[in-house]
Amino acid sequence: MFRREHSIPLRGSAAALCNNLSVLQLPTGNLRHFGVVHGPSAQLLSAAPEDGSLVQRQLQAKEGAGVSPTLITQVHWCVLPFRVLLVLTSHRGIQMFESDGSIMVYWHALDTGDAPPVQAVFARGIAASGHFICVGTWSGRVLVFDIPAKGPNIMLSEELAGHQTSITDIATEPVQGGDCMADVVTADDSGLLCVWRSGPEFTLVTRIPGFGVPCPSVKLWQGIVAAGYGNGQVRLYEAMKGTLHVQISAHARTICALDLAPEVGKLLSAAEDTFVHIWKLSRSPESGSIEVEHCHGECVSNTQLCGARFCDPSGSSFAVTGYDLAEILRFSSV
Amino acid sequence: MSVRTLPLLFLNLGGEMLYILDQRLRAQNIPGDKARKDEWTEVDRKRVLNDIVSTMFNRKFMEELFKPQELYSKKALRTVYDRLAHASIMRLNQASMDKLYDLMTMAFKYQVLLCPRPKDVLLVTFNHLDAIKGLIQDSPTILHQVDETFRQLMEVYCGLSAGEFQLIRQTLLIFFQDLHIRVSIFLKDKVQNSNGRFVLPVSGPVPWGTEVPGLIRMFNHKGEEVKKIKFKHGGNYVTATKEGSFELYGDRVLKLGTNMYSLNRPVDTQTSGASKNSTSRAQENIAPNPLAKEELNFLARLMGGMEIKNPSGPEPGFRLNLFTTDDEEEQAALTKPEELDNKVINIQAMQDQQRSEELARILGELEVTDQPRWSTSKGDDLLAMMDEL
Repeated sequence: MFRREHSIPLRGSAAALCNNLSVLQLPTGNLRHFGVVHGPSAQLLSAAPEDGSLVQRQLQAKEGAGVSPTLITQVHWCVLPFRVLLVLTSHRGIQMFESDGSIMVYWHALDTGDAPPVQAVFARGIAASGHFICVGTWSGRVLVFDIPAKGPNIMLSEELAGHQTSITDIATEPVQGGDCMADVVTADDSGLLCVWRSGPEFTLVTRIPGFGVPCPSVKLWQGIVAAGYGNGQVRLYEAMKGTLHVQISAHARTICALDLAPEVGKLLSAAEDTFVHIWKLSRSPESGSIEVEHCHGECVSNTQLCGARFCDPSGSSFAVTGYDLAEILRFSSV
Repeated sequence: MSVRTLPLLFLNLGGEMLYILDQRLRAQNIPGDKARKDEWTEVDRKRVLNDIVSTMFNRKFMEELFKPQELYSKKALRTVYDRLAHASIMRLNQASMDKLYDLMTMAFKYQVLLCPRPKDVLLVTFNHLDAIKGLIQDSPTILHQVDETFRQLMEVYCGLSAGEFQLIRQTLLIFFQDLHIRVSIFLKDKVQNSNGRFVLPVSGPVPWGTEVPGLIRMFNHKGEEVKKIKFKHGGNYVTATKEGSFELYGDRVLKLGTNMYSLNRPVDTQTSGASKNSTSRAQENIAPNPLAKEELNFLARLMGGMEIKNPSGPEPGFRLNLFTTDDEEEQAALTKPEELDNKVINIQAMQDQQRSEELARILGELEVTDQPRWSTSKGDDLLAMMDEL
C-alpha cells in the first residue's frame, strides 16, 4: 500500500514528453534531486524530505535560429564511476552539465545535414554505461561519449547504427560488472530494441523486432529487458537471445515511463491512462524463465502521466509527473 | 518538434470556429420573410459560412499551410483566425473574438487530450471536415475545395507511423500547455472540472490495437505460453468494437471533433477563473513585440494566399456578438486586464519596408472598430429580442 506524500511544486508544468522525470538519489544523506522538462526550459530541484526545503534551478536549451525557442526533449542524471553529469537533450543538440546544473561542460550540436525537410531533428534517450554516456538521435544513430574522470575533455567515441527510426530511450544494467555480456539496450519509435555490449567498441548482441507501435521506455536488469509500448503493453525479454518471456496488458494508453528498483527487482510502469503499476520481476529457480507478479496499482486522477521514478533503490517510494501539472507527486509505502 | 502539425492545428481550430459561428448565427436567426433589413437571416448565415469556408480552403492558402514548418506562436496563429473570421460581412468585436478563440482552443485541446491513439487526431480532423461539408452543401465549388484538402490530408498523414503521430500529438500538447479556460458546456457535461482541467475517464473502449488491461501471459524459452494470470488494473475498460475510417467517406466511430453545440447548448466561457489563467497567458505575452521576423514572413505568406472578398459600397458589415447581450460583451472587454490585450502586431519595429507595408495593408483590413461603421448593427437589436424572451 502506498500513500500520498507532500507534492513538490514546480515553477512550470511538465511537458507531454515520455520519460519526463529524472531522479538522482545521492548515496549519502537524504537529499534527492529531481529534473523535469517544461518545454524550452528544464527545472532542477533538490529536496530534503524532512524539512521540505527546496533548491531550484532552471536550465534553458541552447538557442537556435528558429522561429520559436528550442524545445528540450529530456533531462537525465548520468551516474558514472567518478562523477555525476546532468545531460540535457534538445532539438539542437546535447548539453552536459555538472550534476547541479551550474556549469555546462560540453556541447554537441546535432548534425542535420541529411535530414529531409519533413523530418524533426532532435536528440532523445540518455543513459550512462561505465564511463560512457549514450545519447540517441532522431535518425536512429546512438552517440557514445567517452567521459573522463574529471574535466571537460569529453569525446565522441562511437556512433552506433542499429536503428532506422528515432531513438526513444536507452537503458543500461544498474550494476556494471566486467563480465556482463549485454549491458545496454536502445529502443526506437518503431518498437525495435537493440541489445549491446559496451566497451571501447560496442557490439550488437541481439535485435528484438517491434510490432508497429513505438517503445517509449525501456529498462534492463539482470539480463531482463523490460519494454513499455505505445499500446499499453509491457514485455519482458531475455536480453542475450531476445526471447519474449512475459507479455502484460498493463495499461489502456501508451506507456510513458518505466523505472527499476535494482535492489529488489521492482518495475514501475506509468502511462497516459493515469495509472501507475508496480511489478516484481524474478526468475524461476528451475527453468530460469522470467516471471512477474503485480504488486500495486495507483490511479492519479485526471492526470496524463509523463514521467515516473522510484525515489530509492528498494522501491519503497516513487514520484510521478503529469502533463500540465506544476508539481511532482510523491508516494511512499506504508 | 514535428513539422507536420500546422495543417492539423489549423483545420481543427477552424472547424471549431465554424461550429461556434454557425450556432451563434442560428441563435440570432430570424425567418427571412419576417426579418428587417438589419437582422440575421438564414441566407446571411449561409453566406457567412460559405465565405469563411471558401477562404479557409483556398488552394494557395492550403499550399502554404501544408509546407513542413514549425508551429508558430499562439499570437501569430490568432492573427490568422482574426483575418478568417472577417472573411465575410460578419464583424466581431475584440471581446467576442477573444471568446471565440478561447472556445476554439479549449475544444481542440480537449479533443487532442482525449484521443485514444495519437493517430486518432486524424479522425478528429476528418470529423471536422465532414461537418464543414455539411455546412456548405449547397456550394459545389467549395465542396470540391474541401474534398481536395481531404485528399491532401490523406496523402500526407495516412502513411505516417505511430511514432510520428506520437510526436505530432506531443507537439500539439506543448502548444496547448497551461491553458485552463473553463467552458460552461464542458463543465455542464462534466468533462472539465471547476479548476479548468479535463476529466480523463478510466472506462470505456480501449484504443484500437490495445488490449483491455489485466492480463499477464508468460512464455517458456520455446515461445509456448505456459501461464496466464489476471491482475486488477483499476479501470473499467472494454474492447474496442471497430476502427474508424480514414477514407474520404466513412464511419469515423470517434465522436471527438463532431459538433457539440446546438441551439439548446449555447456557447459560453466563464472567465471568473481568469486570475490563474492570466498569469500563464501574461507570461506568454512578456516576450517583446514585435513578432520575430520569421513569424511576420509566415503571416504575410499565409495571409497573402487568403483571397478575402471585402465588403464595399453600401452593403453593411453585420456585427456578431459571441456573448448573450451587448452589455456582457462590453463588460468582458472592460474587465480584461491590460496585459492580456491581444493586439498582436507592432509593425513599427519592422526592418523590411516592403513587408511591413504589405502587412500594414492586410492588418488595416483587420481593424475592428468598436462602433460599427454603418448605421445599422444586427447586434443592437439582439438586446431587444432578449427582453422579449
